[in-house]
This record gives sequence, structure tokens and C-alpha cells, in this order.
Amino acid sequence: MTGFFALIAREIRLSTRRGGEALTLVMFFVMVTALFPFAVGPDRELLARLAPGIVWTSALLAMLLGLDRIFRDDHADGSLALLNHGQLPLEAVVGAKVIAHWLLTALPLIVATPVLAVLLGMDVEGWGRSALSLLCGTPALTGLGVLGAATTAGLRRGGLVAPILILPLAVPVLIFGVAAAEGGILAPTLFLLAISLLTCALSPFLGALALRAGDD
Amino acid sequence: MTAPLRDARSAAPRPATGFLGWLDRIGHPGRFLGWSGRLVLPLTVLTLLGLGLGLWLAFFGSPADYQMGDTVRIMYVHVPSAWLSQFVYGGMAVAALGTLVWRHPLADVAARTSAPLGAAFTALALYTGSLWGRPTWGTFWEWDGRMTSTLLMLFIYLGLIALWRAFDDPLRAGRVVAVATLIGALNIPIVKFSVDWWSSLHQPASVFVAGGPRMPGSILAPLLVMTLSFTLLFVVLQISGMRSEILARRADGMARRAARPEPDAQATP
Repeated sequence: MTGFFALIAREIRLSTRRGGEALTLVMFFVMVTALFPFAVGPDRELLARLAPGIVWTSALLAMLLGLDRIFRDDHADGSLALLNHGQLPLEAVVGAKVIAHWLLTALPLIVATPVLAVLLGMDVEGWGRSALSLLCGTPALTGLGVLGAATTAGLRRGGLVAPILILPLAVPVLIFGVAAAEGGILAPTLFLLAISLLTCALSPFLGALALRAGDD
Repeated sequence: MTAPLRDARSAAPRPATGFLGWLDRIGHPGRFLGWSGRLVLPLTVLTLLGLGLGLWLAFFGSPADYQMGDTVRIMYVHVPSAWLSQFVYGGMAVAALGTLVWRHPLADVAARTSAPLGAAFTALALYTGSLWGRPTWGTFWEWDGRMTSTLLMLFIYLGLIALWRAFDDPLRAGRVVAVATLIGALNIPIVKFSVDWWSSLHQPASVFVAGGPRMPGSILAPLLVMTLSFTLLFVVLQISGMRSEILARRADGMARRAARPEPDAQATP
């Protein structure tokens, strides 16, 4: 178990010491959101109505941005092979990656949502619902993202393939996420949590399977 | 190119001596080439007969619908394609299990051949559906539950094909795509459910008449014949596709061996 936590700490240390990755991600998130008013017009009412969809679309795009670095560097410098032959089962390694990736990409986005709420003219309640829906739904996006990264880990030109693979599968998360952010009923939030739990439970095993399959 | 291919075929059933590792494993597909070759012609004839009969029934042997008129005849192409778009993915999921559990080379070849066929049938279902939707619904595209999940199905097929094309080594690609196919298979029910939930939330009553048009036998018969013939068409295309995929891999392997400088691995002329 110490190995598991050491791995999470390693991921976080690697990312923070390289500097500014989380900040870049948050900037991307905010900038994509800021594009929508230019695209659909600065009408406050329209923006407030579209806000949950805008927040979720931007979050989905921002989550895709960091996929490349989950396994690519480890595969390139051989540490993935080392982890594969270490004491910690590969499933636990992938699980640690899921947790670390969520902390590094999803959490900053959730922290940045107040900025979006101001930009899109959301009230406090609307912001709370959006943040809560992101909190419930981003684990599923992270799980899917890690699966996509695991299937394309060994590919030199796989950068665009992982998003293409994942996006159709992320549609349920988007549907229930936006419905939960729009509020009103409890059901979409529960569905969102169910998808997140299922994805997080399965992704370490399927991800390890994909990594082993891609191993040559 | 024909000479080396014929040579590979006759050499395949022989116990592998001096062959590279992956040619050893492909020994079984050698037998597949034998029996499937004899099957292609009769199956093609059967498919053509079935398609001919089905099309005749669809155009002359069935009445026009009292509401939709002659456009109902689009159904005889649309429904079989939609059925195959699901059926082919089911087959690919089984093949993925075959690749991962038994490491059967034929399963990998089968999945690889199926993916473009499944994508083509899905695209055909979407295309005929939108052609049908224009006169009956008044629009080419409607964000209706079934259309949307069929579109996502097409995206999943295309994603798998893109993943395949990104790999250099076909065996590794086969294993990784098998995992991705299984991930997709686990997700498709969730996608379908969520899209249905979403479209029922956002849309008023569907454009289709509640209860649907009851189907008399004169419409059901051509539909069944066409569905059967389309499935046969898929089987024929699948078998021929698998044959050419096996041969292409052999040719690739021979080219690799020919390019290798060792004296013991000479290229067979």
C-alpha cells in the first residue's frame, strides 16, 4: 500500500516540479469558456441558460488535454516496464494513475469554476450545482481518459487517437452531468455517481489489460 | 505478387520449419484459407439470389404504405443495415474475447475485417434513415434516441479503426484493439440508455405514430428476406475480407523476411 501512495505522490511531484501544468490547464478551461460568449453573443440570459453545457464541454476538452502525459513519458523512459515488473500489481499502478490524474486535472477545474460562474452570469446556486456535478462526474471522465491513455501508451503517433476513442463513450457523462448541473431532479446526479463508480472500479483492471496487451 | 502468395498457401499446412514465430501461429489460418475458399462462390450465389428475391419483393411484391407511400420501401434496406450495425459489433466483441483469452490469430483477423464492414453498415443505416426521414418527418436529421445512438455507434467503429491504423505491428494492434472493443461493448448499453433518457427528456412525443404501423405479411416477408440476404452479404464479405487479410499479412511477413540479410532466412522465390 505504501507503494501505491508513493506512486500518487510521485505523479504529483513530477507534475508540480515541471511547473505550471495545472495552471495551463485551468487557463485552457477558462479560455474555452470565454470563447462561447464570442461565438453565441453576450446575451446574459442566453449564456445563463447555456452555462451548464458550456462548463461541461470545456471541462471535457480540458480533461482530454492532459491524457498524453499519463503513460507516454513512463513508457518512453522505461519506468512503465519497471512498474510492470515491480511488486505492486499493474492494476494498482493504473488505479494510482487514475487518482493522481484526477487530483492533477479535475480538481483544479473544479476550483476554477467560480471564475466561470462570473463569466457566464450564473447565480450562486447555479455555480454550486455545476461544481457539484463536476465533482460527481469527473471521476468517470478520468477513468475513461486513463483507459484511452493506456490503449495508446506505446504509440508514437497516438496523440489524437485516445480522444477519438473516448469521446463517444463520454457522452453519457456529458448528458447526466449537464442534467445534474441544470438541477431540479436528483436522478441525473445519482446516475452520474453510478457511472463514475462503475468506471473507477473497472478502469484499473481494463487499463492494466490494455497496457499488458500493448507491451511488446 | 501472385507467385509468392500461391507459394505461401501451399506451404502453410506443412509443420512449420524455418518459419518465423508469427508464421507458426498462423498455421491454423492456413486451413481456414482451404475451406473458406470453397465456400465463397456458393455463398455469393446464394446472397445474390436472396438479394434479387428480396428486392423484387420489396419493389413489386409489397404494397405501398397508406401513410408513407412508396418511401416505406427504404425500410427494406434500412432495417437490415441497422440490425447488422449491432450484430457486427457483437461479433467483434466475441472475437475480442477470442484474441485476449485464446490468443487465436483468426479472431484478430476476424475483428479487423469486421470493423470497416460494421462501420459501413452503420453509415448505410444512418444514410437511408435520413433519406427516409426527409419525406416522413420533414427533416434529414432529428436528435432522436435511436438515430443518436446509431451515430455514436459509428463513432465507436471509426475510433477502433483509427486505433488499428495507429499501430505498426498487427499482432500488438489486435490485442490492444480487442481491449478497446471490450471497453466499448461494456459502454454501449450505458450510451444507449443515457441517450434514450436524454432524448425523452428533451423531445416532445416522437414523430413516429404511437403503436406503429402494424405489419402485414406482405411487408414482413420482403423485410425478412432482405435481412437474411444482408446477413449473408456480410458473411461473404467477412470471409473474403479475412482471406485477403491473412494473405496480406503473409505477404507482409515474406517481404520482411526477404529484407532480412541472414542466410538461413532466404526469401522463397
